[in-house]
Amino acid sequence: MGLWDALARWPVVRQIREGDLRALGDTAASRRSRELAPRTRVADRVVRSICPYCAVGCGQLVFVKDGKISDIEGDPESPISQGCLCPKGAATFQLVTGSHRLRQVLYRRPRGREWEALPLERAMEMVAARVKATRDATWEEEDAEGHPLRRTLGIAHLGGATLDNEENYLIKKLFTGGLGIVQVENQARI
Amino acid sequence: MQNADCIVIQGSNMAECHPVGFRWVMEAKRRGATIVHVDPRFTRTSAVADIHVPIRAGSDIAFLGGIVRYILENERYFRDYVVAYTNAPTLVSEAFRDTEDLDGLFSGWDPEKGRYDPATWQYEGGPQTAAARSDPTLEHPRCVFQVLKRHFSRYTPELVEEVCGVPPPLLLRVAEALCANSGRERTAAFCYAVGWTQHTVGVQYIRTAAIIQLLLGNIGRPGGGILALRGHASIQGSTDIPTLYNLLPGYLPMPKAGRDVGLGRYLENHTARTGWWSELPKYAVSLLKAWYGEEARQEDDWAFGCLPHIEGDHSHMVTVSAMADGMVKGYFVMGENPTVGSMHGALHRKAMRRLDWLVVRDFALTETADFWRDAPEIERGEVRSEDIETEVFFFPCAAHTEKDGAFTNTQRLLQWHHKAVEPPGDCRSELHFVYHLGRRLKALYAGSPERPDRAIQALTWDYPVSGPHDEPEAAAVLAEISGYRVAERRPVDGFAELAADGSTACGCWIYSGSYRGGVNQPARREAGERQSWVAREWGWAWPANRRLLYNRASADPEGRPWSERKRYVWWDEETRRWTGEDVPDFIVDRPPSYRPRRGARGIAAIAGTHPFIMQGDGRGWLFVPNGLADGPLPAHYEPQESVLRNPLYGQLCNPARIEWRRRDNPYHRAWGDPRFPYLLTTYRLTEHHTAGAMSRWLSWLAELQPEMFCEVSPELASEKGLANGGWATLSTARGEIEARVLVTERVPPLRLRGRLIHQIGVPYHWGSRGRTRGDAANELIGFVADPNVSIQESKALSANIEPGRRSRGRRVVTSGRLELGPPPKPAERDLPGVRARPGGAHGSAAGSGGGETKGGA
Repeated sequence: MGLWDALARWPVVRQIREGDLRALGDTAASRRSRELAPRTRVADRVVRSICPYCAVGCGQLVFVKDGKISDIEGDPESPISQGCLCPKGAATFQLVTGSHRLRQVLYRRPRGREWEALPLERAMEMVAARVKATRDATWEEEDAEGHPLRRTLGIAHLGGATLDNEENYLIKKLFTGGLGIVQVENQARI
Repeated sequence: MQNADCIVIQGSNMAECHPVGFRWVMEAKRRGATIVHVDPRFTRTSAVADIHVPIRAGSDIAFLGGIVRYILENERYFRDYVVAYTNAPTLVSEAFRDTEDLDGLFSGWDPEKGRYDPATWQYEGGPQTAAARSDPTLEHPRCVFQVLKRHFSRYTPELVEEVCGVPPPLLLRVAEALCANSGRERTAAFCYAVGWTQHTVGVQYIRTAAIIQLLLGNIGRPGGGILALRGHASIQGSTDIPTLYNLLPGYLPMPKAGRDVGLGRYLENHTARTGWWSELPKYAVSLLKAWYGEEARQEDDWAFGCLPHIEGDHSHMVTVSAMADGMVKGYFVMGENPTVGSMHGALHRKAMRRLDWLVVRDFALTETADFWRDAPEIERGEVRSEDIETEVFFFPCAAHTEKDGAFTNTQRLLQWHHKAVEPPGDCRSELHFVYHLGRRLKALYAGSPERPDRAIQALTWDYPVSGPHDEPEAAAVLAEISGYRVAERRPVDGFAELAADGSTACGCWIYSGSYRGGVNQPARREAGERQSWVAREWGWAWPANRRLLYNRASADPEGRPWSERKRYVWWDEETRRWTGEDVPDFIVDRPPSYRPRRGARGIAAIAGTHPFIMQGDGRGWLFVPNGLADGPLPAHYEPQESVLRNPLYGQLCNPARIEWRRRDNPYHRAWGDPRFPYLLTTYRLTEHHTAGAMSRWLSWLAELQPEMFCEVSPELASEKGLANGGWATLSTARGEIEARVLVTERVPPLRLRGRLIHQIGVPYHWGSRGRTRGDAANELIGFVADPNVSIQESKALSANIEPGRRSRGRRVVTSGRLELGPPPKPAERDLPGVRARPGGAHGSAAGSGGGETKGGA
């Protein structure tokens, strides 16, 4: 690159040459600025999704680059939201990629003062064992008049309105249909 | 909604809480619609409305009742619609007595059981069929129309002013806007949210709106309806496929102990003689087939014996109070933060301290997960972490971008979200957690000869898994929900294909067809601009992809559109079928001229002119002969804790409400408690989400709404010496919290009976964890509930406010009584016959619960 080339890139020179004396035109832009592209354009994949906050059900586009989510935007094709998201919906990118998310199973033992790390498989095993022990100890086969109850009131569940339909279905099927847990509730009463 | 000519938003701040949905209100306004906002606060919704009506929180039935009276007295109802499509002409039993006769009670109150017996609310001659006696002239003194007219005759503009603080000209403006925008050519819509549901009479709020909409002919027509604006992505889905105690999928009732003994009795008790619920056996047997597979055999009642039975109420607050009494040992909390989002956080924490084990699944450590080390009572030294025996497991959850699945939005639309990336670390979906927990439990119970273990052994649980974490395939679960023919495992087309002979399996009949043809229907994404405004090719709406329920009512009794302007679904004489913009919500080839023969049963009993096919008589119910715990008509009752005496009835509060009479759940005086002179209501903000687990941890949102605050009027501020930007302490008998003060004219005091009523607004998103921290508003609120759906009363209660950071963080649960000195003279909430309601377990009193659930967050 010659000296002349370097000089020609100098904005003052360009302003004079291109008659952009106030530097409000193209001459103020660097090459880097000109070549910048939105993350959405360089994504490897675009995955269609739905906003996880309220029940309006706005469409979302999830942009993925190198196996990571690079951006989340409103889906312009959604007949409900036509590309719009509210402040919460627009913060979905931080919700799913933010540093607040824990990645490890934690355990607090009885009378404990701190959380401890626990391997996922071990935790699953421990929860299954506790469900069985509690269920077996609190099982009610029938009421005082001999009518069937076939349930436990020793275990309860809360939550579902932030989850998928399929997840609600498995919760209801396993807990109520399989284990006889009747105290299954969610945010519908909140 | 864009087609509405008038939209009344009440019990909702739609512009701030559902901003993108609100675009359609603005579109309607652009097309000329009148927008009305009825709300204690002037919000951004009010700012763009044509009329804003400030109202006393907790008085909406009186306001809506005033509109009902206006419609009836001035003959503004849509007569053709009312006569043909509602139960207005039907005669009510001679034994019925109204609240107007009995000082606030309907006939049938049973003082011993503490609840209503609906026997006297029935139609004359018994069952709710099309054959019930009626008077199409609407003149008979006992026809529903005349009963309604008498019931609401006292809800005059003057009374509305006395109860609600709304001046008569303002009420008349709203009533006139509704009436002028209803009829053949025009339609009006109502929108509500938890501002209507979270009351001890919440269900009756919506019922009053339903009466208005039926009288004006605004149900089943484009631009009409009553829209529930719900607050969670799949709160509708979790009601349809219920993580709720009293329902099985598709609104099938849970079996009741002693009543539904065996499948035969269950079907007999719940199958309607006429109308669509006559099909219930097909749906129930198909569900049993989906759950218990080959173990569901005809000779064994299709394994009905595997289902647990309920008796009474096992809803959230009942469960938590039982937990506080040590009756519940293990608790799963998934994607919910009850110590902040539910009432009376201190009572929740007391309950959790008595658990053996707690499992919390969320993004981060919520206040619920950390209840044992971070709570006001721990800070005050009243409870020590090392004394709490509860074992706590925290599992990090996968985000919606890390899993496949469908949400059902507030308009019953199922929309699929696709997995974009794998979840990090130990994060897993709830589908993964529940599937693998089930797999382990099936292994633990394998081979057990015990009778109680048969259900878990029989449960079908063979979903295909894939990926590095053995994630179960959500589409396979959807296929089971949608239903299939058992022999060839071929997906069914819809619920019409389901049978009661074990040949079909279906996990949720109203979702049947969502996997029609092996195609994931909720994943359909035909762009909005490439189809009609109804957008039938985007997602999938239950039932049968119908976008507007009861849409046969959009045509007149002969099957013609009521008007060109409002045409939607109509009868096509050439093809002899119903057709139109939407999937018709009717028997598609049943002509308008069809009349059932005498004694017809089931679907055959639905006349060609009866759009409300889920009801036994095919009509929209102005008067509800059964199904409600607190009366066939709405009546104005005061909140449990009010600033005023009920001017209408000696029975001040809903007689059937559920109370929890416990030392750790004290109530204020029924009205005018001098210790708690102000009216408090809670609400949400645009930048935060419910109990905050999905917003308070995000810096972007925390920065936008960084601090807990309360809204007070300049008048109240000067009365109490509250400074804008300064601190205030809010208190009730349950607890005390502090908040920054926002002095604003947006919460105007109201003048009622010559007295100035001050209202305080408090957002409820904050808690002690996350990036933005503050006191939780719900710590102030006690346990008390609507008897139909067991929802709490958080939108109207009495409270006190004082300037400064005086809060000592006390909670009645651990600090003992907060108010010193003798309690004020009691004021009776109930008439003598109601007062003596029997106490139930864990302090609860009255209310049988068990109604349909709808209208939560």
